[in-house]
Amino acid sequence: MTTAAPTAAPTAARAQQPKLGRTVIFRILRSDGPDKPQRWESFKVTINERGANVISCLQQIAANPVTTDGRRTTPVVWDSGCLEEVCGACTMVINGKVRQSCSCLMDEYCPNDGDTITLEPMTKFPVVRDLWVDRARVFHNLKRVKAWVPIDGTYYLGPGPKESPQQQDTRYVLSTCMSCGCCLEACPQFNLETDQQAWDSAFIGAHAISQARLFNMHDTGKSLEKLRLDELSGPGGVSECGNAQNCVKVCPKHIPLTESIAAVGRAVTVHNLKQFFTGR
Amino acid sequence: MAGPAKSSRVIVVGGGLAGLAGTVRIAEAGIPVDLFSLVPVKRSHSVCAQGGINACNDVARQQGYSEYEHFDETIYGGDFLADQHPVLEMANWAPRIIDLLDRMGVPFNRTSEGFRDLRLFGGSLFKRTHFAGATTGQQLIYALDEQVRRYEAEGRVTKHEFWEFLWPVIDDASGRCVGIVAQDLRTMQIRAFRADAVVMATGGCGLVFGKSTMSVMCTGAAAARCFQAGVWYGNPEMIQVHPTAIPGADKTRLMSESARGEGGRVWVPRRKGDSRRPRDIPDEDRYYFLEERYPAYKNLVPRDIATREIFSVCVNEGLGVAGGRQVYLDLTHLPSSTHHKLEGILEIYKKFVGDDPQHEPMRIFPSVHYSMGGLYTTFTPGSYAPASPREKHKSGSASPIDNRIGQGMQPGAVNNAMTNVPGLYAFGEANFAYHGANRLGANALLSCIFDGLFCGQSVVSFVQGEAASAPSAGLPQGLFERFVQQEEAKARRLLDTTSAPQDDPATNPYVIHRELGDEMTDACTVVKTESRLQQAWKKVADLKDRYARVRLGDAASWTNQTFSYTRAVGDMLVLAEALTLASIQRKESRGAHYRSDFPDRNDDQFMKTSLCKWDASSRQVKLEFIPIDASLIRPKKRDYTGKDSSAVAGGAAEKRVAVGASA
Repeated sequence: MTTAAPTAAPTAARAQQPKLGRTVIFRILRSDGPDKPQRWESFKVTINERGANVISCLQQIAANPVTTDGRRTTPVVWDSGCLEEVCGACTMVINGKVRQSCSCLMDEYCPNDGDTITLEPMTKFPVVRDLWVDRARVFHNLKRVKAWVPIDGTYYLGPGPKESPQQQDTRYVLSTCMSCGCCLEACPQFNLETDQQAWDSAFIGAHAISQARLFNMHDTGKSLEKLRLDELSGPGGVSECGNAQNCVKVCPKHIPLTESIAAVGRAVTVHNLKQFFTGR
Repeated sequence: MAGPAKSSRVIVVGGGLAGLAGTVRIAEAGIPVDLFSLVPVKRSHSVCAQGGINACNDVARQQGYSEYEHFDETIYGGDFLADQHPVLEMANWAPRIIDLLDRMGVPFNRTSEGFRDLRLFGGSLFKRTHFAGATTGQQLIYALDEQVRRYEAEGRVTKHEFWEFLWPVIDDASGRCVGIVAQDLRTMQIRAFRADAVVMATGGCGLVFGKSTMSVMCTGAAAARCFQAGVWYGNPEMIQVHPTAIPGADKTRLMSESARGEGGRVWVPRRKGDSRRPRDIPDEDRYYFLEERYPAYKNLVPRDIATREIFSVCVNEGLGVAGGRQVYLDLTHLPSSTHHKLEGILEIYKKFVGDDPQHEPMRIFPSVHYSMGGLYTTFTPGSYAPASPREKHKSGSASPIDNRIGQGMQPGAVNNAMTNVPGLYAFGEANFAYHGANRLGANALLSCIFDGLFCGQSVVSFVQGEAASAPSAGLPQGLFERFVQQEEAKARRLLDTTSAPQDDPATNPYVIHRELGDEMTDACTVVKTESRLQQAWKKVADLKDRYARVRLGDAASWTNQTFSYTRAVGDMLVLAEALTLASIQRKESRGAHYRSDFPDRNDDQFMKTSLCKWDASSRQVKLEFIPIDASLIRPKKRDYTGKDSSAVAGGAAEKRVAVGASA
């Protein structure tokens, strides 16, 4: 269960800054590849810099990968990109809770000498190696809902539709989704599926439902609304949401995912009724 | 092994804004595209761009602004190093690019009436920057990512994500680039891919400096590999150090220029060692040094200038906050509606530093941010050809030409954005063109998308013309296999080092990279001198020597990140050599390249591109200076210190207040 409370609760102890030079223990769940056994390895890391985060500690470990019992091992493999929490790459399960590792600060998570922090790969996606998982399904599901505006091409055809600042504000927030997969990791209805053939009928997840709402709100984007709602009323669609509301709690961009699910749920109901009565 | 191609294909390496825009344009023309990226393209470094994208617009136009003035600002801001015709074409295209992005659904901020809102940015007195909150790059790349996903769903684009570019395949007989060798970062399989043209859209090289505002994949390795394969590299010494970043343990994080564009002020306490909390320091005890030194542009002088001032205030004048290398970037006086528009970056500061910038001034310092230099490319000039270069445009005055396309560069000419290797193109930050010696804020997103859309058409022309007469599909398999074997041999050499002991820091790739970053940051950024550069030159040579004996800590034949990283360190050392050499040889100061021992610009000798070529036999960088196209605007000393903004800008300063009053 990835939504459990962190074992070492982050303390916002800013008044008293944690001491530099302290040693913290990284417990990392590792594996050499898909279908290879997982094992725990622990590393000692000295925190020498203000602003040290999980990434800077993993970099330290990579430069000298020796476990706490003195055994030399390979550097840990993990996925990362911008390190500013806008690309979504470095998502992992930290102390039992899914989040980006770049914004996970050691001063908050391990303020005391000897504190332990636990890193695990996400569980809803196949492991590639160590902490790196294959999230191709996240992007595949964006295709399922045709998450794009069907423009006529890139030749010059003038501006797009005008938009009120209120609508822009709503769309902007939805559009900050970085496909990190936190909402899927936390969702009881979204499960690991290694068979790609099964992806199209398995639960699509909060991020894709929210993207469908985003594009249905756009004047040109809504021309594909019917196709999106067809997909979302089918197998793996919005009705399979179990209303656990975990998604919205773990979203690092504070996207109102449950609002999106509700809005799309209503749209799907109307869509289905219309289809029932008109046959279209 | 390359599969047989049924028809023409294009390879695009890199899935940031430039790569995605190029992919859309080329696929739209009916040519299948293979898109290669180290990361899922949606996670490319373009997501980090914050402030906005420049373009002349209806409001600014009615106040006297024009595409021509945007062009003039870019040339002048770049301190007269960029070839001028390509910049003119880019400025003329800019409004069309904004409209296209708008059609793609980018949530640009809006005025109360529903028009696109604008903000002020550096190097201009007009509001001409379009934006989506403070995460404009993220929003633009998402829009292009969505269009590419649509083409992918339709089978026109094939993505190869988590594949690393290793080498361009260049046909000895024709000299043409006919494909690439790449490696799957999961299976570690190395193979060749055929193509009738290859576009390198692989971004900048911030990691050469260790910590920068760039993402972890911005090593410059892909460009460095092209360079070692014979592609020329232009102006490597031109590295932009952004004035406002947050120092960090793993990287530095950008605090967008838009913070100042929306009214943020940079200051330090007037009195050295003033230990009061910032909010307790009254206005008269605050030194707003940019505003005092540049009364017209204030906090929005071009980046190289702001960076040197901040550096000088801290290092030479000892006025840094708490005696350190930091100054305040203050947004606390701004209304909450403005804070809302900057939410994306304020969140970053809150998350990574802990303080709330709405109530506490941010502490920032300059950091490496952008590579103006890159692979050297050519162009065919457009129709605008004045008898002699015009004097610098007077801000707000009538434009000498209209904004028709084709005046700067000839649309569809095959050599636009092409390197010296036929069929090999460079787009975006990997292309040295457009920004000269200093890039203006919010011109990067523009140059990336412009390359993709405008020069993408040139790729199409090349594939339909020259390449069609001898398609890559018809070339012998042996040509491709030879390059695969070359890369496999290099890989084996590195992997074989794992059998030796791993505990010597001198041959540890992570230690070598850290030392390189520290050295380059210290010697090759804000202030350069001959003696320090010579020292860096020796250090790089020493590191290259140590790298030749590097020891890998992981022998895995599956998802071996250490291997890929170590290979890139070798390529970063090559770029570092070019960067240092060009910094030594350019004995003048121009834009981001400031030599305290040669503080003046020297147009006679150095208004030239520093062109680097790799000498494969000696494995060394050779450098020459070649003339630029300065046929449109006559060079003039760059000076942003003017006191009277109305004299500089034809009264534009008052207009700042009136425009975009929706905030």
